[in-house]
Amino acid sequence: METTKKLIRKKSLEKLYAALSMSRKVYAPVVADDNRVEYKYNPEFSAITFDHIQSTLSVKNLVFPKVENLIYFTNHKTESSVTEVDVSRIPEVVLWGAHPCDAAAYDVLRSIFCWDTKDQFFSKRLEKLTVIGLACHQSDDYCFCTSVGLAPDSAKGSDILLSRLKSGDYQAEILTEKGNAVAGLSPGLFEAMPDEGVLTADVKARFDYREVTKKLTGAFKHPFWVANSLRCIGCGACAYVCPTCACFDIQDETRGLNGRRYRSWDSCGFGLFTLHTSGHNPREVQSQRWRQRIMHKFSYMPDRNESLGCVGCGRCSRGCPVDMNIAEQLTALQTI
Amino acid sequence: MSDNIYKPYLMEIENIIEETSDVKTFRLKFKNTDEAGRFAFKAGQFGEYSVFGEGESTFCIASAPTRKEYIECTFRKAGRVTNALAKLEIGDTVGFRGPYGNTFPIDEWEGKNLLYIAGGIALPPMRCVIWNTLDLRDRYNDITIIYGARTVGDLVYKHELKDWEERPDVKLITTVDPGGQTPDWKGEIGFVPTVLEKVAPSSANAIAILCGPPIMIKFTMPVLKKLGFQDKDIFTTLENRMKCGFGKCGRCNVGKVFVCKDGPVFTYEQIVAMPEEY
Repeated sequence: METTKKLIRKKSLEKLYAALSMSRKVYAPVVADDNRVEYKYNPEFSAITFDHIQSTLSVKNLVFPKVENLIYFTNHKTESSVTEVDVSRIPEVVLWGAHPCDAAAYDVLRSIFCWDTKDQFFSKRLEKLTVIGLACHQSDDYCFCTSVGLAPDSAKGSDILLSRLKSGDYQAEILTEKGNAVAGLSPGLFEAMPDEGVLTADVKARFDYREVTKKLTGAFKHPFWVANSLRCIGCGACAYVCPTCACFDIQDETRGLNGRRYRSWDSCGFGLFTLHTSGHNPREVQSQRWRQRIMHKFSYMPDRNESLGCVGCGRCSRGCPVDMNIAEQLTALQTI
Repeated sequence: MSDNIYKPYLMEIENIIEETSDVKTFRLKFKNTDEAGRFAFKAGQFGEYSVFGEGESTFCIASAPTRKEYIECTFRKAGRVTNALAKLEIGDTVGFRGPYGNTFPIDEWEGKNLLYIAGGIALPPMRCVIWNTLDLRDRYNDITIIYGARTVGDLVYKHELKDWEERPDVKLITTVDPGGQTPDWKGEIGFVPTVLEKVAPSSANAIAILCGPPIMIKFTMPVLKKLGFQDKDIFTTLENRMKCGFGKCGRCNVGKVFVCKDGPVFTYEQIVAMPEEY
């Protein structure tokens, strides 16, 4: 589809939001009491932030919930049975104000969940999701999107991309049919775009991901991993806040004879993640697990999934309790 | 047909064999005959077996694809799921998803001598391909099976070992570790590598299939090399912890190789190229 650029005034955004909220769930960022930014369903428009640098959690939960039921079952000896989860009940959701790193992360997740075999839960949620992206007009020292092939104004993954103008109004770039459908709800709100530049954050490139990928090919036994993971306490916070981490666990839960089998977020940083029943563990120490995290994202995924497992959002570094900084490590990896 | 890749087939336990004090074999039959008709697998593939309420566990399909009416699995009581499985009775229901993974390239082995070497509970992942090649017996040349366990009591498939021993077209050598023999034990006494060295099968026009605990593999490999086997002609299976079975959950990879997708069957040539992460 041919993309179009329109002007949408700040006050028209409220009308667009109201129109969307009538028919769909809208997931938008608000500033919580402790000043952290979190996404909520259908908040008051006045509470929505347009100035945040990064939410604490990513928005991957829209397509990969923390806990997702896979089947329901009844456990009754000879008469056990399985009931399907009805994916047709997955609702339409509009994600409002996702930064370009988070919007791009959906493609990365697709490269995992739809690689080889297609995961219907993920696919259905993505199909029902419309992304209204919000280009970044500011950033912080943790942001490194430009080092991983993205930019503060990347359109990848967005159906409509909003970019702030000097006037405080927004440019709305309508990128897909889904975006067109959303814009079509209130066509009167979109005006002709004047010749005016958008405000874009200046995120300096710190490393070249292609160089990192190249370097990692022969780096499995390098002392780098031990030296750079001594601090790691294996808490898994990095994976929890990461928009592209997709490793999961599958567990059963029962009440009486009835139960569910669900999957839940997991992390390669945990020692139990790869532990065999025999007691053998292929990744028994933290340095092996840290290496897996970096290798998976920057070497194995480019090779196997044709995607890079990182969008440069910087959340893992902001959230790390022992201040491990992934951008610093990747920069250092270029020259090992 | 369900689009849900996590939905298991419902299987009825048709038969249970107590192989050892803590190892059992289940014969499983599809409850739904349409599913049974559509199901197909090849030697080497595995599945996720589940007890509803306890979870899923990964093991190979231990029966041969040439026997289509059922599948069999053999497991040791070790963790939560296998302990729950062991408590089930004939007629009970279990879940099964699969088949997953790659296969032994038995078509490429036609006309060759086959040397199977297994230790302990590692005979089950090999039983499928052994029976598969025995059921197509005239396609292969000599078939030799060397099977060892710690003690006589730890040998699995005792009823089948007897069949194989009596077959003129199979050479079976069983062995137990020193001290593991019983007074009436007629097989070899000694570790698998030592027995292999003694039997010394020729590597000419031969394929070796090796499954066992890491320590056995470590000491058997040099013997195979000494006998002249090339890395590309030695096959084994890798086992890593898995949840999904189709390359998504993130657990089983050895470097960039997914055991669940690219394996579980690998040649030794492939294994030596992998990082040590298995």
